Amino acid sequence: MHNPVPLPAGAHLLLADAPAQLLPARELMAFTLASHIILVPMGVALPLITLVMHYRGLRRNDPTALLLARRWSAVMAVQFAVGVVTGTVLSFEFGLLWPGLMGRWGDVFGIGFGVEAWAFFLEAVLIAIYLYGWRRLPARTHFLLGVPLPAAALLGAFGILAANSWMNTPRGFRLDSTGNPVDVDVWKAIFTPMFGPQYWHFVVAMFLTAGYVVAGVYAVGILKGRRDRYHRLGFAVPFTVAAVFTPIQFVLGDSIARSVFHKQPVKFAAMELVWETDTHVPEYIFGRLHPDGTVTGGIKIPQLDSILAGFRPDTEVTGLTSVPASDRPNPTQATIAHWAFDIMVVIGSLMMLLVLWYAWVVWRRRKRPAAQRLPESRWFYRSAACAGVASVIAVECGWITTEVGRQPWIVYQNMRVAEAVTATRSSTLWVMFGVVIVVYLFIFGSFLAVLLKMRTRWRLADAAAGPPVEGPETGTPYGPRDDVPGAAVGAGTRAGEDGTP
Amino acid sequence: MTTASIVALVLLLAVAAYACAGGTDYGAGFWDLTAGGAERGKRPRWLIDHAMAPVWEVNNVWLIFVLVIMWTGFPVLFQTVFSSMWLPLALAAVGLVLRGAGFALRKPIKRVAGRRLYGAMFAVSSLLTPYFLGAAVGGIASGRVAPGTVASAQAWANPTSFFFGLLTVTATAFLGAVFLSCDAERWDAPDLVGYFRRRALASLAVAAVLGVAALFVVPSDAPHLWSGLTRGGGLVLALVAVVCTVATALMLLRGHVRWSRFTAVGVVAASVIAWGVAQRPYLIPTSLTVEEAAGAPSTLVWLLVVTLVAVLLVGPALVLLYWLDTHAELESLSESDLRQVGGGSPAGSE
Repeated sequence: MHNPVPLPAGAHLLLADAPAQLLPARELMAFTLASHIILVPMGVALPLITLVMHYRGLRRNDPTALLLARRWSAVMAVQFAVGVVTGTVLSFEFGLLWPGLMGRWGDVFGIGFGVEAWAFFLEAVLIAIYLYGWRRLPARTHFLLGVPLPAAALLGAFGILAANSWMNTPRGFRLDSTGNPVDVDVWKAIFTPMFGPQYWHFVVAMFLTAGYVVAGVYAVGILKGRRDRYHRLGFAVPFTVAAVFTPIQFVLGDSIARSVFHKQPVKFAAMELVWETDTHVPEYIFGRLHPDGTVTGGIKIPQLDSILAGFRPDTEVTGLTSVPASDRPNPTQATIAHWAFDIMVVIGSLMMLLVLWYAWVVWRRRKRPAAQRLPESRWFYRSAACAGVASVIAVECGWITTEVGRQPWIVYQNMRVAEAVTATRSSTLWVMFGVVIVVYLFIFGSFLAVLLKMRTRWRLADAAAGPPVEGPETGTPYGPRDDVPGAAVGAGTRAGEDGTP
Repeated sequence: MTTASIVALVLLLAVAAYACAGGTDYGAGFWDLTAGGAERGKRPRWLIDHAMAPVWEVNNVWLIFVLVIMWTGFPVLFQTVFSSMWLPLALAAVGLVLRGAGFALRKPIKRVAGRRLYGAMFAVSSLLTPYFLGAAVGGIASGRVAPGTVASAQAWANPTSFFFGLLTVTATAFLGAVFLSCDAERWDAPDLVGYFRRRALASLAVAAVLGVAALFVVPSDAPHLWSGLTRGGGLVLALVAVVCTVATALMLLRGHVRWSRFTAVGVVAASVIAWGVAQRPYLIPTSLTVEEAAGAPSTLVWLLVVTLVAVLLVGPALVLLYWLDTHAELESLSESDLRQVGGGSPAGSE
């Protein structure tokens, strides 16, 4: 049934003879994915954090909490809009850049995307209802209609991670005599060995990141002297969510590294700069791998890598040289994966310390009134603000580790990136790359401008005592719809609202 | 019916859904482009913003679903289409980005120059994206590509592609105008009802002219499509499209805009499904049949299971969204509401 399509010219080639279009295709994919992934934590986890705040607002009849929840829902919606756009680009790029991957393997691992697409659809519908339901829907109904949002988001992540973990540890098929996958077992193709570790590590990372980023915004506000209830609550709820997940992530991160050691030993060797297969392997913290297998720079800790991998110094760790040079990341790629991995681990460890600090202060002040339970130290809030940025960096590093560590395979040990790439001329791809960079800078710049504008308006609204004359979000993409210009409906008609004089 | 043909039908229905839902959106962008200067176009643009805001993302997600069914259900089709139609699809993707960003980010801009820039981005890409998507479909329908075809201009710059591209743009303009006319009625802007009704009729006239032009282009340029459209199921669906067109024209002329939405959707959906049925048993006429392109049998079954579960989950949510939207239940809370009620019941209904 599966019509075999001839592989592009140059299939099964060595990395050295990679086609010219490989580099721009890779750079373009990396750029668009790295941009998209910044929006993902907000898409996956901000709904949950918003709903927690919303629940608190309803339960305790707390207007400040409701105000925060409503404002976060506006942020959630703007980022979702940008995420839809950049996500659509990614699905086009699968075809535009990697037709070989999709043509040969689409039916083996594509089903995860099917789950993701529907989950995403559901999320789009629910976000629209949640966002526009604040005024007219009964309070309880409105909240309950928002409740499935986090579940839809987790389902979406399930689909994407199923596809990505399959590329890392492909299963659920058999190759026929021509090398085409047959006897597809969808269940096995979804639940591959790396799926569980990747999924939980990713999901928890999303909750952490969203929590630290949102809390970071209010930490900056507190540092600037805005220690009112609005800022304390806006800080405490997301920071507590992130703090709860941080120790979990510490354990999960350790466990996924061990899964990589067992399931993708060559990737593990790249992440840890292990050249020769050996026991009593030292751990390098940073450092640089050279083509002759030596490592310069960094801190060398004897025996530690073996101990971390198998709990004993005599654990044997597979080295990069266990496979031919064409089947493993080159020294530069290994160094990149290693650095990304180490940065992620360092950030994770620092976050653990921050959480311990927070837990200690809150525990000691547990008997004080709620307003005095948060830490006072400016250094704490400085660190918390940095945690927001650091967690985004950690997400990027995690993604770099898994994607660069897998090189040169697009489907681990089954298809090289070079075999999957489009036949489109490299010059065309470079032009496209240039266009995409310009467009993305413009979009992300505008996205940031919108967020800052919303913040400014909210601040002005809070500064003005009593009910504001004009809704501060009237001019934002998801603000209340303004009235008919020219036709007076109520008192809200504002001639200058549209920017027309 | 084989599993593969059921999946092909699901794909076709998803394309039809995107053509109707996404098409209405593109049409709104088209009328935004032609609305005139800042002062003259203010009211139509207000209506367009108003009408699209809660639903445009949902309408856009259909496209992602179309792509996913393509690569999971028919990987060879996906590979073939994206390899041979590289340029139009790349341009359509860029258009999608600019369009989404232009629409979402236009509203917060206060300065006229900025609004013009974002507005123009939104409007121009609302025109180009459907054109290129339509042109790619034309290339497929005329059988100009086959598995292994390399990218070339001929695949998408040919009479059928040109015709399909123009027809797609016209269809979106038509859908957009019909829906905007209904929205204008809903939001008490009587002048805009007539404004968009006239535009709906004009685009319907253009579509009719293109339909006649098709008689000169399609038979020779896309013979397989033509033979499919002139007999059996293809013919029935083509006739349904014609009947819907006439019914829509009559309703618009008599001012029954509210009901013309349904026949307008009927026109576009019937046309898309007629195209798919006419292509049977091919996904790409005469080079790739549904059965040849089909992915692994177990994947197809699971794709249908996933689709079924999703229909059960998403269907009610989608109905709820459109229901709430058309009953004016969707409006975000303003700051003053929160302060006045004191937060206890933001809905103000208790």
